[in-house]
Amino acid sequence: MCTVCGCGDAHHHYGQGVARAHAPGLSQARMVKIEQDILGKNAEYAQRNRARFREQGILALNLVSSPGSGKTSLLTRTLTDLKGQYPLAVIEGDQETSQDADRIRATGVSAVQINTGKGCHLDGHMVGHALETLNPDPGALLFIENVGNLVCPAAFDLGEAHKVAILSVTEGEDKPIKYPDMFAAADLMLLNKTDLLPHLDFDVALCMEYARRIHPDIEILQVSAKTGAGMEQWYQWLRAHRPEPESPAR
Amino acid sequence: MHEMSLCESILQIVEAEAAREPFMRVTWLQLEIGALAGVEIDALRFCFEAVAPNTILAGAELDIVEPPGEARCVPCDKTVLLTDRYSCCPHCGAYGLQVTGGDQMRIKAMEVE
Repeated sequence: MCTVCGCGDAHHHYGQGVARAHAPGLSQARMVKIEQDILGKNAEYAQRNRARFREQGILALNLVSSPGSGKTSLLTRTLTDLKGQYPLAVIEGDQETSQDADRIRATGVSAVQINTGKGCHLDGHMVGHALETLNPDPGALLFIENVGNLVCPAAFDLGEAHKVAILSVTEGEDKPIKYPDMFAAADLMLLNKTDLLPHLDFDVALCMEYARRIHPDIEILQVSAKTGAGMEQWYQWLRAHRPEPESPAR
Repeated sequence: MHEMSLCESILQIVEAEAAREPFMRVTWLQLEIGALAGVEIDALRFCFEAVAPNTILAGAELDIVEPPGEARCVPCDKTVLLTDRYSCCPHCGAYGLQVTGGDQMRIKAMEVE
């Protein structure tokens, strides 16, 4: 009997594809309809992380960019400037080494390093385990610095509230349309290294237009982690997106 | 190359299915990978060949259905076909189309014995 709908037919034909080449004949072959998202398991882990963040009033951000956009410098400056105002925590994703986590810890903020080995992105499961070790305080700002890669991390939900794409002006202004999946997934784009603009041909307006082609509602802030220009707007964005503290239970 | 992770996820899902209702091997596996899913089909096939040997998927034929990308153009009030995320509306030239379909990555069906 069919295992899908209970009908008497031991074999279903789907569409015009190669399946029809498989005559069921007298073999034990049978069709099984699965209908499952390939990333369904990741989505479950991400939901678990998200529930934890919600319960504890944690704002979790997934920082994504190419290698060399200045993510870690931007993060260390952010942590240094915000320390003492909020509980802070960092998950660092890199293929190898704990260099970045070491840089973060040098600011006094606790950080967990995930080495993905050959992997090109973090996933919900890795972040779940990192949370067990890191155990961020309630109300924390949690920055998850993804592997430097504008392609693969777009597809993997970690349970974050927002993806934040960091693009530096030493890259091409057309990166948003070259890597559209990432800019479609990000809610905020930080255009970093703006202190270098006088030395470059980078067209800021065109870059912003490209980003909005892909994602009309994307917010864009221009910052320089080196000089601090524009960083206050970024901090305001963080404040505005922190979850409201839940009223104490009576 | 997240296609490798996708193939590993596919294997996990199929193994879980095999534990639920026992079968020995998969002879044919049908996936649905939308044109806007960000998946390189050739890379996916390549990774599948790397993951499948010595598993329940060994020797399985991979059938990949590729639904086209669909998006809503607000100025036109129309659903349009989209081959990539950076294109404009073919009718009015507007950007900022809202993707409504063709970004799925699913296992649809399989033939098992």
